[in-house]
Amino acid sequence: MADVDFTHTTVEMRGIVKKFGSLVANDHIDLTVHKGEVHALLGENGAGKTTLMNVLYGLYQPNSGEIFIKGDKVEVTNPNIAISRGIGMVHQHFMLIPPFTVTQNIILGKETSGPFGVLDIQKAAEEVKAISEQYDLYVDPDQKIEDISVGMQQRVEILKALYRNADILILDEPTAVLTPQEIREFITIIRNLTFQGKTVILITHKLREIKQAADYCTIIRRGKRIDTVEVEKTTEQELASMMVGRSVSFYVKKEARIPGEAILQVKDLVVRDNRNLKAVDGLSLEVRKGEILGLAGVDGNGQKELVEALTGLRRVESGGIFVHERDVTNRDPRDIIDSKVCTIPEDRQKRGLVSDFTVEENIILENFDRKPFSSRGVLNFQAIRDYAGKLIDTFQISPPDGTVRAGTLSGGNQQKVIIAREVSNDPDLLIASQPTRGLDVGAIEYVHSSLVAQRDKDKAVLLVSLELDEIMDLSDRIAVIYEGKIVGIVNAVDADENTLGLMMAGGGQENG
Amino acid sequence: MAMLNSLGFILGTTLMYATPLLFTSLGGVMSENSGVVNIGLEGMMTFGAFAAATVGYFSGNPWLGFLAGGLASGFLGFLHALACVTFAANQVVSGIAINFLGPGLALFLSRKFFDGATMTYNLPIEMKMPKYFNNMLPEGTFVRQVLNQDISVFMAFTLVLLIWFLLYRTKLGLRIRAVGEHPKAADTLGVNVSRIRYLCVILSGVFAGFGGASMSLAVASNFFQTLISGQGFIALAAMIFGKWKPHGAMVACLIFGCAQAMTIFIGGTGLRVPQEFLSMAPYILTLVILMGFVGRAVAPASDGIPYIKDES
Amino acid sequence: MGKFIKRLFSGTIGVTIFSIVIAFIMGGAILLLAGYNPVQVYMVMIEGVFGKPKNMAWSVIKATPLIITGLSVAFAFRTGLFNIGAEGQFIVGSTVAALFGYYLHLPPLIHIPLVFVGGAFAGGCWGSIAGYLKARFGIHEVISTIMLNWIALYGHNYVVGMPGFARRTNISCDIQDSACITLFKNWKFSEVGRTWFGAHPILRDIFKTPLNSGFLVAVLLVILVWYILNRTTLGYRLRAVGFNKDAAEFGGINVKKSIVLSMFIAGMLGGAAGALQVMGVARNISTLAAMEGYGFDGIAIALIGNNSAFGCLFAGLLFGALKFGGARIQSPPVRAPMEIINIMIGTIVFFIAIPRLIRMIIRWREKRKGDGDA
Ligand SMILES: Nc1ncnc2c1ncn2[C@@H]1O[C@H](COP(=O)(O)OP(=O)(O)O)[C@@H](O)[C@H]1O
Ligand SMILES: [Mg+2]
Repeated sequence: MADVDFTHTTVEMRGIVKKFGSLVANDHIDLTVHKGEVHALLGENGAGKTTLMNVLYGLYQPNSGEIFIKGDKVEVTNPNIAISRGIGMVHQHFMLIPPFTVTQNIILGKETSGPFGVLDIQKAAEEVKAISEQYDLYVDPDQKIEDISVGMQQRVEILKALYRNADILILDEPTAVLTPQEIREFITIIRNLTFQGKTVILITHKLREIKQAADYCTIIRRGKRIDTVEVEKTTEQELASMMVGRSVSFYVKKEARIPGEAILQVKDLVVRDNRNLKAVDGLSLEVRKGEILGLAGVDGNGQKELVEALTGLRRVESGGIFVHERDVTNRDPRDIIDSKVCTIPEDRQKRGLVSDFTVEENIILENFDRKPFSSRGVLNFQAIRDYAGKLIDTFQISPPDGTVRAGTLSGGNQQKVIIAREVSNDPDLLIASQPTRGLDVGAIEYVHSSLVAQRDKDKAVLLVSLELDEIMDLSDRIAVIYEGKIVGIVNAVDADENTLGLMMAGGGQENG
Repeated sequence: MAMLNSLGFILGTTLMYATPLLFTSLGGVMSENSGVVNIGLEGMMTFGAFAAATVGYFSGNPWLGFLAGGLASGFLGFLHALACVTFAANQVVSGIAINFLGPGLALFLSRKFFDGATMTYNLPIEMKMPKYFNNMLPEGTFVRQVLNQDISVFMAFTLVLLIWFLLYRTKLGLRIRAVGEHPKAADTLGVNVSRIRYLCVILSGVFAGFGGASMSLAVASNFFQTLISGQGFIALAAMIFGKWKPHGAMVACLIFGCAQAMTIFIGGTGLRVPQEFLSMAPYILTLVILMGFVGRAVAPASDGIPYIKDES
Repeated sequence: MGKFIKRLFSGTIGVTIFSIVIAFIMGGAILLLAGYNPVQVYMVMIEGVFGKPKNMAWSVIKATPLIITGLSVAFAFRTGLFNIGAEGQFIVGSTVAALFGYYLHLPPLIHIPLVFVGGAFAGGCWGSIAGYLKARFGIHEVISTIMLNWIALYGHNYVVGMPGFARRTNISCDIQDSACITLFKNWKFSEVGRTWFGAHPILRDIFKTPLNSGFLVAVLLVILVWYILNRTTLGYRLRAVGFNKDAAEFGGINVKKSIVLSMFIAGMLGGAAGALQVMGVARNISTLAAMEGYGFDGIAIALIGNNSAFGCLFAGLLFGALKFGGARIQSPPVRAPMEIINIMIGTIVFFIAIPRLIRMIIRWREKRKGDGDA
């Protein structure tokens, strides 16, 4: 444990209130952080953690409340003020400019330049190199962001803050994209930083990380501060129930089943990504009736391209995709839907919903040109309304009104609309790609039980997720994808996090 | 010899016709690299051409006219920035408005100042943009044929260099491109997104105004209703064609200029090709080139998306 | 009452009305600055539009092509495409209509629909080129339609000058009577007609203009476009692609086909406008030195009409009236430049682009009121 200096509060926020219209995202939140500590902010998705930190960083102005930094009361009206006070923030969604180099990204806004504002990139690159060595954060200054790994991107983000001499680092959900091993490394980095006198505020909703990395933890629920606790003196279970406000069981109830014949067979699949590189590179797998096959892997190892190929959205270069032994390789999405394959896409906003359409219109997206929703090219609004109403009831979509714009629904309800649409097609294979991303615990439970219900109806489910816990909880078998190949398949009962983590980092052995 | 003569004529004419497009196209480069789509270039160019010809006529000084063209269009650029940056307008719609306002103002004022006519009075040669290098180049040579140009031609090509340097070699340029790619990232580093966008959009108006001015003060010798007719749009196309880069835009403008020169040249040779087909050629050529070589051009990632600091 | 006004003004119709009001104020201010009496100018304009039945007929005639090009742009907008090419589609439509109208000799019952459909179809093909270029090569429709506009213009000029078709320099032969849709075109000049109109001076006045059935067609097209967009699977499909092509593709809709189809329909509308203009008003085509602006006006109309079919009808009529009334102010006694109309149109569009301004004003007023109460 680093030397926490209790005599000095580095950051103190008092009674912070931040409203978005009628929504109170932060409701009188207090936060005290001491110099040299790792202070975790724990809360569900949407609890208001990011908002609170954006207030501290000057991106949002609070409706009321005070901020003290190193003892001085500060009006943080823009990020420049926060930066000058030594605050650096690594945002949940990286704030990096893909076509720019590492150096350009780091120096932006605080450039080294000569007369007439002419950039001195050479010198800047050297400075970047120097800091990266000082803190053991390896990066290649001349590479473009779009060409480097997520892990390195994260180091760039941290360097951005250190380059500005930050001694208070805010890290917003930094581990979401890392493997268990990378997470361990990352925790070492954080520890290292505190030894060098930095203070870290770590936002997360993962309990284990808090136990491993943090000294103190402030729990936020629905915009309110619940408590601040010393991490050593509490348990994961206690933290969890403070976060959710009721006791939660992480265990998904699931009867053992004997899987049937294969519904989906993928053979030696090769698919290229947008940059024309082989994202899926000779991948084979099988999903059988009555099982959930979990596909684990670090982001960017071909999951996205695989799912797009399976759903007909991306061209397959070679290899084959078979559903019920029928070849559906390179068929269009319509054909694939008609072969009873339905998908919960990874990006709700982009692929899943037409957010400017009403809920009703979204529900018939795949069937609008069929009876009873239309005949001879004319829509039948009564039939659409009746059907949508039924699904809204069954799936408890709120608000229970099919005529509202889908974009106005909460994330969880948007996901319910998609699940309602896909599941009501009665698919033989359901592909769920990151189905719980950004949802709160209630919605996550709902999604999980829907997937298990499909499996229990003797359907096949392919679950693609970056959350290893989710994969381990739900799957019957787990396949690990690395650089576009399956590097191992294990039965869920035999799986342990360590071996899976090794495989996700490419350390597994080849086996079919 | 005749060959060389023809070539000289074609190259010279190419440069002449490329210039107004190039200025305007560079305006587009500025604006869109900072993330603001500027479909109003046409209107800005028209207004600039008018203002330049008018001030040039009344002051007798082409430089004042040229400057006035830039300032007048800079004002339209300011309006566009006001809409797009401060009010997060739909940038295309705002640009369309500029395309009504620019020519509307130009013709309205023209009627006011020139006895109800939609054209300004002809400028005598000494009130047009000068040709400084005229006397330095030996009479009757190829070099003279090519480089015997209005000063605005040289200014346009110098501007390409300057903007290239600005965008890719300076601090401000890094910030401009950052704002066009990912304004939020720039904002979190304390870069003032609004200020940069204002600057770029106003400059884009100024350059479009220069484009118009080089049309009315150099290529032609007055402003009239159909003087610009579509060149702003072609400059826009050239910018896209040039992949939003100053040097790319230059190449595209040269292609358009060359096509125009060829039209005139072939028209003069008495070849029996219908004039209309010659005039059509550059546009067909553009489409073919876009189909074949350029493919999907990539705009700055946040081009056209208003940046709204999510505050409420 | 206050609440009602607030609701109205925070909606799109409110924004439009607000913008139109501002435009008249701005126009007035500019006229005043330029030394004209704005009240007098506006009076002449209004008089010019509503003063005589004949003038109203003229406004409707002017509005007809604009309503349809507006529809063309609006239709494309609703399906996620920006059709700057209505101009070129208009030109192609008018060219083909003129050719069909002159060279074919058929009974009106066949000739009229044939010329109309020919023009519309040609416009449709012209539009779908842009759609195809986008779907197949990813070329943005803004660029391709700009190019196609110019290609259309020069092609048109070539056709005008074709030997056998050119009547004199820069003008083509007139279409046959059998392809003409001007109302009572022969009868009104016949002996009977003249006597009858002599007894009905108001109608005579109206029919002095080339009043034609084009306006009826425009209204029918408005209804048709509304129906297609809102009631049919085709409209659903195209709107889905327009709002979110990734989701549409995910749902099994063929996005590329939709883009081509959508541009085809938008082009058909542009072409139809051109055909009707030739059949009802111009009767021939002439060399174009520059774009005439039907398509560009259509963009403004679509925007003012909030991209809805019926919105285009009203915006088109407003435009027609402004254009016709605007031309009136140039004559004595006011002699004000008619381009004030373009400035006003630009102002309307400008304010429509910034609905945030109005919302900010409303919020600011509320806040002030709130402070006052406290
Ligand atoms: N810019 C914004 N505008 C409106 N609502 C917002 C904005 N940012 C966040 N919210 C809302 O505020 C709440 C808290 O969000 P956030 O702070 O991002 O949560 P967390 O980081 O804890 O997941 C959520 O309900 C979210 O939808
Ligand atoms: Mg967050």
